[in-house]
Amino acid sequence: MNIAVLLKQTFDTEAKISLAADGGIQSEGVNLIINPYDEFALEEALRLKEKAGSGEVVVVSAGGPRVGEALRTALATGADRAIHIEDPALDGADEFSVAAVLAAALKKGSFDLILAGWRAVDDGSGQVAIRVAELLDVPQVNVVTAVAVDDGRVTATMDIEGGCQVVEVPLPAVLTAQKGLNEPRYPSMRGIMQAKKKPLEHLALSDLDLAAGDTAPKTKLICHSLPAGRQAGRVIEGEAAEAVRELVRVLREEAKAI
Amino acid sequence: MSGGIWVIIETRDQKPKKIAYEMLSLARRIANQQGEEVAAVLLGSGLGECAVELGQYGADRVYLADDERLAAYTTLTYTKVLADLARAKSPRLVLSGYTVMGRDLMPRLAARLGTGLFTDCTGLELDGQELVFTRPVYAGKAYLRGAAVGTPALATIRPNVFGIQKTDTNRQAVVEPVPVDISSADLRQVIREVMCQVSARPELTEADIIVSGGRGLKGPENFQLLEGLADALGGAVGASRAAVDAGWIEHRFQVGQTGKTVSPVLYIACGISGAIQHLAGMGSSKCIVAINKDPEANIFKLADYGIVGDLFEVLPELTGVCRELKAQG
Repeated sequence: MNIAVLLKQTFDTEAKISLAADGGIQSEGVNLIINPYDEFALEEALRLKEKAGSGEVVVVSAGGPRVGEALRTALATGADRAIHIEDPALDGADEFSVAAVLAAALKKGSFDLILAGWRAVDDGSGQVAIRVAELLDVPQVNVVTAVAVDDGRVTATMDIEGGCQVVEVPLPAVLTAQKGLNEPRYPSMRGIMQAKKKPLEHLALSDLDLAAGDTAPKTKLICHSLPAGRQAGRVIEGEAAEAVRELVRVLREEAKAI
Repeated sequence: MSGGIWVIIETRDQKPKKIAYEMLSLARRIANQQGEEVAAVLLGSGLGECAVELGQYGADRVYLADDERLAAYTTLTYTKVLADLARAKSPRLVLSGYTVMGRDLMPRLAARLGTGLFTDCTGLELDGQELVFTRPVYAGKAYLRGAAVGTPALATIRPNVFGIQKTDTNRQAVVEPVPVDISSADLRQVIREVMCQVSARPELTEADIIVSGGRGLKGPENFQLLEGLADALGGAVGASRAAVDAGWIEHRFQVGQTGKTVSPVLYIACGISGAIQHLAGMGSSKCIVAINKDPEANIFKLADYGIVGDLFEVLPELTGVCRELKAQG
């Protein structure tokens, strides 16, 4: 069973966000991690491969030089090899462009299953994996919390409003991981040592079968801004009963919230 | 004449969801500035009746794809019907709710049409001729404004952000049947089973009131305190990551950077310290109430109203008062 995991390097969720002098998001000094949802995807890929008893797990990511760190971590966690697509032409890439690049890289191999986090904790856009599914013309199941593969078909449980549903699709397919799918493992010492010898392939756009228009973004950024800071409001004093009466009064009369 | 604004109408129990009306009102406001047409796009089975009233909320036209195979949403059937229709009619803008369906459908549709998509928009306006989309990034720690290159532009709209205006009770939308051309390749995805927890409470992301609990609740059994208050207020129950990671409540209730982002009218945070990831998920609530025994808790820095106290005393008291109010109507 050959499984590709689409991986994105993101800011740590602890990171405070500020704007740089050029109006963009300040990235200097920010700790970078593997997108937490992609960790669920990687863990599931490793488990499915272990269960199948053969095949490989390939992690694929597009981005700048520091993405190499995330890919090495994934290799140390158990992935067999990594593909890093890095190209100056990807500056200003949007979801359309990144999906085109990842799909082109995946087309060079042959995968039974493609896993990714359902969204990244940075842009939160939740598009790229699904766009890749469309570009590869394979079915998708989004936001999954359980996966079983049997006889060329995958059965996945996905979150829906007020519950969940079980969806079946033929392989190959794209699945996106939701929190709750599994508990990701940490890299072991042995894994970290082995990772140094595992293959990490670097690709530029010229290595991929892409036409000029395939990666030209379909959206443009106008600006970033920070939300208007909220002010601390009023602390209501008094015994519980008294404070609650006052809280209800202000919620009705001032805030008109109830 | 541009191609107009489309609103994909999502239904529940054969009725449009609230977000459908929110988007129609939004689309109408934008369309009026340019004399454009608003079209509601309705996919499903047996939805003819549902189509009629959409005119009152701003739709000039209803594209109705009525087919048994569309009764339940699946990615590939809906993408096929919508992509065929969009290619035939060339809309300028296509909106869907940022819902389970919108999150699954819109990226696929965007890829098939080779176009751009803005996810989870909290703002949409015209700047001259250009549509400008505003959406949260870093779970609301920052916002991005952007524009589309080429048409149609696609966007998913966050529920509970845009108001509903019933514009014209006399407006009769033209209902136009849509051809449904689905092949076996579009039926690759099969729904085997649907498991719904029966709950009278509203969906977290659509609720006007959310009562949310964290580590201060001390254990899973105490979530019933939140449920009592939520029911007295007609609200939903939420949780912090700490409570979810402790296994007290399922992840689908989690509010924050690795959970749901919500913007209710009222958010009541009980025993939640206010980690930056949690604040990111609920900071856009219109009114925030914090109940916490630690006066230094971070949550008080952004709460509109706070009670420093023991939630095990405050919550039953608050629930009691709210029940009285509810009984009085």
